[in-house]
Amino acid sequence: MKRRAIRSEPLFFERNSRRVRRQGYLLPALDVPEVKPSEVLPPELVREPDPHFPDVSEMEVVQHFHRLSQLNYAVDEGLYPLGSCTMKYNPRINEETARFPGFASLHPLQPQSQIQGALGLIWELEESLKTITGMPGATLQPAAGAHGELTGILMIRKALEARGEKREVVLAPDSAHGTNPATATFAGFSAQEIPSADDGTVDLGALDRMMDETVAALMLTVPNTLGVFEHQILEIADLVHSRGGFIYMDGANLNSFVGRALPGLMGADAMHINLHKTFSTPHGGGGPGAGPVTVSEALLPHLPVPKVIRGEDGFELQWEDPASIGQMRGFYGNFLILVRALTYIWSLGAEGLRSMSDVAVLYANLIRHRLNGAYHLKFDAPSLHEVVFDDSIQARHKVHNVDIAKRLLDYGFHPPTMSFPLIVHGALMIEPAESVAPDEVEAFCDAMLAIAKEAESDPELVKSAPHDTPVGRVDEVRAARYLKVTWTPEETE
Amino acid sequence: MHPWVGAGPEDRRHILSELGLKSIDELFASIPAGVCVDGLDLPPARDEDWIRHTLGEMASANVAMDSIPCFLGAGVYRHVQPSIVDAVLSRAEFFTSYTPYQPEISQGTLQVIFEFQTLISRLTGLDTANASLYDGATALVEAALFSHRVLRGKRDLVVVAETIHPMYRQVLDTYAEAAGIEVAVVAPGDDGRLDPDKVRRTAGDRACCVAVQSPNFLGIVEDLPQLAAAAHDGGALAVEVVTEAVSLGLLAGGGSFGFDVVCGEAQSFGVAPGFGGPHLGFFACASKHLRQMPGRLAGETVDEDGNRAFCLTLSTREQHIRRAKATSNICTNQGLMALAATVWLEAIGGSGLRELATSCLARTEELKRRVTAVGDPWRLAYPQSPTFNEFLLVGPGSGTELVERLASEGVLAGVPTTDWGGSWPDGVLVAVTERNPATDLDALVSTLEKLS
Repeated sequence: MKRRAIRSEPLFFERNSRRVRRQGYLLPALDVPEVKPSEVLPPELVREPDPHFPDVSEMEVVQHFHRLSQLNYAVDEGLYPLGSCTMKYNPRINEETARFPGFASLHPLQPQSQIQGALGLIWELEESLKTITGMPGATLQPAAGAHGELTGILMIRKALEARGEKREVVLAPDSAHGTNPATATFAGFSAQEIPSADDGTVDLGALDRMMDETVAALMLTVPNTLGVFEHQILEIADLVHSRGGFIYMDGANLNSFVGRALPGLMGADAMHINLHKTFSTPHGGGGPGAGPVTVSEALLPHLPVPKVIRGEDGFELQWEDPASIGQMRGFYGNFLILVRALTYIWSLGAEGLRSMSDVAVLYANLIRHRLNGAYHLKFDAPSLHEVVFDDSIQARHKVHNVDIAKRLLDYGFHPPTMSFPLIVHGALMIEPAESVAPDEVEAFCDAMLAIAKEAESDPELVKSAPHDTPVGRVDEVRAARYLKVTWTPEETE
Repeated sequence: MHPWVGAGPEDRRHILSELGLKSIDELFASIPAGVCVDGLDLPPARDEDWIRHTLGEMASANVAMDSIPCFLGAGVYRHVQPSIVDAVLSRAEFFTSYTPYQPEISQGTLQVIFEFQTLISRLTGLDTANASLYDGATALVEAALFSHRVLRGKRDLVVVAETIHPMYRQVLDTYAEAAGIEVAVVAPGDDGRLDPDKVRRTAGDRACCVAVQSPNFLGIVEDLPQLAAAAHDGGALAVEVVTEAVSLGLLAGGGSFGFDVVCGEAQSFGVAPGFGGPHLGFFACASKHLRQMPGRLAGETVDEDGNRAFCLTLSTREQHIRRAKATSNICTNQGLMALAATVWLEAIGGSGLRELATSCLARTEELKRRVTAVGDPWRLAYPQSPTFNEFLLVGPGSGTELVERLASEGVLAGVPTTDWGGSWPDGVLVAVTERNPATDLDALVSTLEKLS
């Protein structure tokens, strides 16, 4: 990384210190009579002008954001091997189709005859996701993976209610994403942890003991957060179903088996799909994503409304459905993200989707092969799309996973996911995804091996990293201790 | 082979041989045969031209808002869109990056979030704001659960104005039962505004919050100081919901009147209508309740050399640290839309935002005047009540019929209230923004005259 030249950019609020009026945008001319706000609105509700909200010229705004952009790492820059996040290439054709005026400038409450193309697109994507998962129903409403989890768990709650049952517990393995237990709580359940067996998969004996009539569902990530497939998945599903529970599948790791296996065959009752992972929609610095949920026959009646129905006179939105859990958010989903995902699925086609997963798994195994030994592999079960090492070899020299991550920045790579899953102390969770060339994967491995050597020969170099980034190591403890989450004028003037 | 898959067949053979494998199938041997398939029943790969053509046809099967005079609002508004907003959003450094968990290479995103938090804070009149929620409807849900937590779960009643967007209330109902909260609805008076005494009586001393929307679903501006007092009298938190964020350019945010939470939808700040998403939920509260706030926060700190730097902070509230005890399960949020809002607000500027909001107000007042002049059978449902940029129009027929008849004359007159229920007349919600020139008003008025 060679960004030392740009170290900092003033805040917007520190610009235009003379507080003079500049013009950032020319508004449409007022071609109706002027009004005085305080004569039309209750004067006590009208705000005073804010002297600390500057007006700047257009180029100042462009320069501001251009400079800020230079302080960011991006998928387009190099490998972004965040485990559990599937940082793949974001195709530019997706961005083009999502900006078609017929999609971007469409109001969600236009008459049904004016939105047929949009409803058709939702229907097509639902069909594609049903095929990809082998499950009979889908909703595209959820805004993100965690929102999909909540949708699924609320459907399970509703199904139990329809059976006249009240179950209070949701189980998830100790290797689960934090969203799983958080979702269980959010949906009014008590979250309980199942310990993992020695190979990192679900301990079937423990499940057998915990799975009783109080348990509503088991939330399971497949393959799990170690990148290991639950080889006893059918036994697990049988056990849970035979005792009246449901299987919620966390689809964060779907990128590892598209075209090779079907969650519908694994016994999943509900599964969210992170379109911003497997189906290439951009992560956007934190969002927006989309978390469609596919469901089994058992949960079909409880899908959220509105549903898109294909009728004789075209597509329609169905709002009335007493068995439904209701509506999960405003309108019909992160629609422009759905446009991108369908663009991706149609572009790749059946064979392309399968080769996507094949290469994602191949790359993860190449990394595993090259780094094993230099880094410690706690669980040596076969890896699919990601591999989790730990820092126990480097810790002998007091070099920890965080130090390795920061040193990787100097080599021009984004670090892996750190300290997750929780069952691996000092974890380095690596998921390369399929998009980059093999050379990029090899270069990442070279960097990781070089750091492993540095940890032995010059541990201080690693512990004091990063050395070549726009800012040095950031004091995160201080940020939490002396909370400052907005700019305030007093301190600078 | 496909251009989005980095390794071709020969690459794959080389890697397989380095791994000592004969076939890629061996890497999938851990998946039990009973769950496996050999490929998918999906169409073959398509080239860019095919994609452009096919999706282009689907897009053309819709009627874009810009193609005819359009007065649709009801939570989704069409405002000016400076070209630089999309130019910034299209920078790969922003749109392809991940959540800024590595601050040393994410200062761009982090500073944007910090500026976004500051802008929302200044507009709402509260001292803290988070880095976004999914949308306005889920922001209301989070505000209800937040209030429930702040009052330590001792009060299960959430009082909401009937004039909060009906879709937001529907979404709240979906979550309420599971979250262990009860929802009570307060209808507006004959003027479309809430009666603070009625609110006070409904809340009693068992509500954790009173949520009101201003401007409300009918476009009417509420008496925020009185409503905050009505909530606080019984010990509840006061929550303001805003669905038309541009109103904050002219109307002071609820924080200035004692509201504890101001939340809602900021799509108006540079986010495309996009058939309903992705939009931009926002959430602001008083800093004393910061530890109960849902969602991500960026904070200011220093790097090892003492230079100013930003990082995500208070993550001990969040699911990846706190797990079952987190304040919310939210992880992925609407980050790129928060960037859009930040670019939009900074381009429009403080004075510019006021001018823009005043333009909406002036156009709305002009249209109300002209509709009133058309007279029978058209009338304003609440002629005496102050509105910002939206009003309820009543005419000869149900809202749905009226919208259809007006659409067949080439005007998208607004959103019918027919299917939403509510204690107000069945009519058309008409929204006017700075994007509606006088010729749009002419078109609507002459169509109304024609249908008189």
